[in-house]
Amino acid sequence: MSKTSEGGADSSTALAQATQTVTVPWYQQRVSNSYRRRQIWDKILKGLILVAVGLVLIPLLDMLYLFAYKGLTVISLSDLTESTTAGTGLGGGGIYNAITGSLLLLGISAAISVPLGIFSGVYMAEFAGEHNRYASIVRFFSDVLAGVPSIVLGYVGYLLFVLSAGWGYSALAGGLTLSILMLPYILRTTELSIKRVPDSIREGAIALGSTRTSMINKLTLRFAIPGIITGVMLAVSISFSETAPLLYTALFSNYPPTALLHQPVAYITGIVWTFSQMPGTGPHDLAYIASFVLLSLVFLVNFIARVVLKRFSKI
Amino acid sequence: MPKTPTSDRIYKYVTALLSGSALLFIFLILYVLIQYSYPSFVINGLKFFTTTAWNPALGSNIVTKDGFSIMQGSSFGFLVYIEGTLVTSALAILFGVPVSIAIAIFLTQIAPMKVRPPVSFLVELLAGIPSVVYGFWGILVLGPLLLDQIEPFLASHLSFIPGFAGPVYSYGLLDSGLILSLMIVPIVASISRDVMIQAPIEQREGAKALGLTDWEVTRKIVLPYAKTGIIGAIILGLGRALGETMAVALVGGGANLLLHSIYSPVNTLAAFMAISLDGAFTDPTSQDVYALVELAVILVVITMLVNIFARALVKQGFIRSSEGVVRV
Repeated sequence: MSKTSEGGADSSTALAQATQTVTVPWYQQRVSNSYRRRQIWDKILKGLILVAVGLVLIPLLDMLYLFAYKGLTVISLSDLTESTTAGTGLGGGGIYNAITGSLLLLGISAAISVPLGIFSGVYMAEFAGEHNRYASIVRFFSDVLAGVPSIVLGYVGYLLFVLSAGWGYSALAGGLTLSILMLPYILRTTELSIKRVPDSIREGAIALGSTRTSMINKLTLRFAIPGIITGVMLAVSISFSETAPLLYTALFSNYPPTALLHQPVAYITGIVWTFSQMPGTGPHDLAYIASFVLLSLVFLVNFIARVVLKRFSKI
Repeated sequence: MPKTPTSDRIYKYVTALLSGSALLFIFLILYVLIQYSYPSFVINGLKFFTTTAWNPALGSNIVTKDGFSIMQGSSFGFLVYIEGTLVTSALAILFGVPVSIAIAIFLTQIAPMKVRPPVSFLVELLAGIPSVVYGFWGILVLGPLLLDQIEPFLASHLSFIPGFAGPVYSYGLLDSGLILSLMIVPIVASISRDVMIQAPIEQREGAKALGLTDWEVTRKIVLPYAKTGIIGAIILGLGRALGETMAVALVGGGANLLLHSIYSPVNTLAAFMAISLDGAFTDPTSQDVYALVELAVILVVITMLVNIFARALVKQGFIRSSEGVVRV
């Protein structure tokens, strides 16, 4: 678009101008004012965009650096094998009780939400047609469920499981509440992954005389499994990074869990929540360790999801 | 058509039954919310929106009102928490959205191809960080930075703007707004990126060939194309900010007064629910619990409306094209 402001009738001056534009910096180029204005505007906005990217990446990198550095300098093996102690104001002990508690909560919530979510997804993708009213209602309410604030779920879990069902603060109450939170994510990722399997595969199987049951179990689910695992990984990371649903249902405990009912249970985010609010280095050290463990788990799960999706996708 | 084999029919009905679990959960939640908030709606009605005092009046006499026993002189006002929720979320949108759209533009229009995957990865990583960890970072880094450096500067130089005059507090509105804006960035940025990348390549290349600058291509072709999706992404981010609990509970400062400046301590509906656990056991009339559930109902109604509206605009919010998954 660059218009020279003076017409170069003579070919030698045109050549001279052409060579000049290569050597002269852009702000001295002999171009129209509007062109220059647009170029400057472009540069300014690109600069602002870079600043904005920095504004987000700097806190993130600071967070990662802080917790990696603090976590690695503070952590010792005993922190992972000892539990928080009763007079916790000083912050002695480790986070063993929270790690075992989180694993138990993960086990319970996954045992409920993974089969429910996957089978629901199979129904939505394979059996319900595009215009099935029941399926669209389920889809809508599953989206609504995903949007319910987790603290509200926690309070409902408290009223329903802790008080009405009489389970008390317990691993089962916490795990069930978490599974309600995880279900919509597994359902939707399963449905979408199965829907991505090309119909030619289904048609081939049916044409060869397969029943739909064996077609689904042996073919479409196999092809969809990387996507499904990604969804499950997302749900797993939700189960150990959520705090709000567990405040009222699992409470907290200084001991590793031994029962499913009538016994409060600790969880890793609970350590951060409890000890970050206490003053002093002892409690903060525990919160550092727990944050470090949480971030490592987030990394790990994210990594697994990516590797599975990249390496094992056959479609 | 041959007859459907029995195994297929069984499989179909069993999976159909199991997919009802999402409906079951939603109805359980609604049933519990309605059952437990009913007494509070009868006694307090919509007075919540006009009163600020939250006082269970523990230790006073039990009297009967509207057929329910309540503590004499108890009052449950939400106005502080509703105000806090709306203002912190508005701040999150104000700070978070321009930055998110800038990141999406960076990732789809400007950045060299080699830079895009790692930056995408980092931005999506933000979505996975637990909210208590954001809160802890707020306590350790952001809170002191604001208190010692930024807030005194704003208070002394910009005090002529309403709301910018001191005094400053160690935690408050500005801390919460900034943390929340950081938390909505991955949602808004990654969805915006996904819609922007679908802008027709022919138009983009044609416009560049005609001599438009990168910014003009973005402004005239990519942004108009992606407008609906971006608005949906912003509203989804708003839904996240409205329901966010733990980070605000840690850096909000726990106010029970209305806001008077951008440094004021603040409390949101969700954060207030998180810190009010013990009240439930000490009130013999359970009015404290009922009132908390009414608060939950209001929170659910707001977030549901926001989410339903957003999902109508963003059809697919769960799976990213080969880029991993972001929780939305």
